[in-house]
Amino acid sequence: MHIEIDEISKQFGTTAALHPVSLSLPSGALVALLGPSGSGKTTLLRILGGLEFPTSGRVLFDGQDATGLSVQERRAGFVFQSYALFRHMTVFDNIAYGLNARPRASRPTKAEIARRVTKLLDLIQLPDIGARYPSQLSGGQRQRVALARALAIEPRMMLLDEPFGALDAKVRKELRQGLRDIHDTTGLTSVFVTHDQEEAMELADLVVVMSMGRIEQIGKPQDIRARPATAFVRDFISA
Amino acid sequence: MSDAVTLKFRSATEETPLARWVAIGIAVAGIAVLVFAPLLAVFAEALTRGVGAAIASLANRDAQSAIKLTLIIAAISVPLNAAFGIAAAWFITKFDFRGKAFLITLIDLPFSVSPVVAGLCIVLMFGTNSLVGGWLVASGYPIVFALPGIVLATMFVTFPFVARELIPVMIEQGRAEEEAALTLGASGWRTFRTVTLPNIRWALLYGVLLCNARAMGEFGAVAVVSGKIRGQTATMPITIEMLYNEYLSVAAFSLAALLTLLALVTLLLKTALELRHADQLAATHRA
Repeated sequence: MHIEIDEISKQFGTTAALHPVSLSLPSGALVALLGPSGSGKTTLLRILGGLEFPTSGRVLFDGQDATGLSVQERRAGFVFQSYALFRHMTVFDNIAYGLNARPRASRPTKAEIARRVTKLLDLIQLPDIGARYPSQLSGGQRQRVALARALAIEPRMMLLDEPFGALDAKVRKELRQGLRDIHDTTGLTSVFVTHDQEEAMELADLVVVMSMGRIEQIGKPQDIRARPATAFVRDFISA
Repeated sequence: MSDAVTLKFRSATEETPLARWVAIGIAVAGIAVLVFAPLLAVFAEALTRGVGAAIASLANRDAQSAIKLTLIIAAISVPLNAAFGIAAAWFITKFDFRGKAFLITLIDLPFSVSPVVAGLCIVLMFGTNSLVGGWLVASGYPIVFALPGIVLATMFVTFPFVARELIPVMIEQGRAEEEAALTLGASGWRTFRTVTLPNIRWALLYGVLLCNARAMGEFGAVAVVSGKIRGQTATMPITIEMLYNEYLSVAAFSLAALLTLLALVTLLLKTALELRHADQLAATHRA
């Protein structure tokens, strides 16, 4: 799905988290929102997911105005920073949550839900953990369960907030490829937030560098490396 | 380096055996003298003329009425306070708004106001001499010296228990799980039912048990609003006091023992639930 962000701004009280920003994300792209903390990248992601509403501007999904759509209507597969798995539910129930939450008419049968959860557990290469609780998983496993849970609702896009933030360096590198693979398999437009320039450059098709609520540069990783648009970008990517 | 083997290292937080035993001794002695002995004394006093006499005093019509009244009051005020407590805690922890700190202080108010004052407030508000109270009495719904007043007084005094237990738990848990449920398509109500409520259930249970214990035991506020009408508005604590003042010690202590047992039952219930769900508790708390 093609995502268009049109002059979106966000004001928290008197502070501007986002100055009007515009951005076009091509269908099927894996996009990184890169910037230091306080740059507005997470705010932008939450606006896309419907968890925050913009002070002004519009969001368009495939040309349709989606600004007023509720969080449920957005159908965005959202992966939270520390995964926000439901701690009182097994991995199976976590992944099945979105399907069980559907209105009765469009809810799959129990057997169908089980089949889909099994398929997703295979996709994240953790077929045997359905009966465990989130607290019994490693950080990397939790991240993948969060991915599976988000994918279960057959989302229109994937939104990931620092998907590797809670992992140690070694696991982080291993899971990068995992995310890339899942993105390529599903073909979903995916946006992830990161403050790690290496991660953004290595993983994304398109990198959006942000600072202080503004977009500094949009481009392919190699272009941003070769021709940083501002002094901030040059500093930030060489860090 | 052979003598290094004989060296004994103690971790920084470990105490000497003497210090440990002294600390444990003080704790045990404190509990024995301050909590356990008085409780035993109540039961001993109740049984001075034998089990038969104790049971007979409980079968008395006024005692029966007091027991029934206390249970009714708890059955009304505890669920209502649980609902208010959940609503207040949810509102305070999931939203940012002006005056939040003030609202939290307001919830704590019943803890700092003397129950007698609280009772007097209700009498002033709803007594026959007040505007509202006069009208209500004229319409045949008296508040003061009747069940509604006692329930109001009990609810006022026990209001903070549930909210106080829930607020820290809900602050610690944050909003991420609820947000996740919403992004997965769950409605607000479904999110509350399947995510919020299960996450707070232990704190909620604890708050409800404390609230219940206090609701059954409240004396001061109820004494003011009830009018202490024997067989009608006298709750268990009030009847106990009246019996005691009349030197009917077996009757007073039998009723006191029963009130104590009711409190102990709720505590046992909590312990039993915790034991039964121990593995689940461990699994959900380690994260």
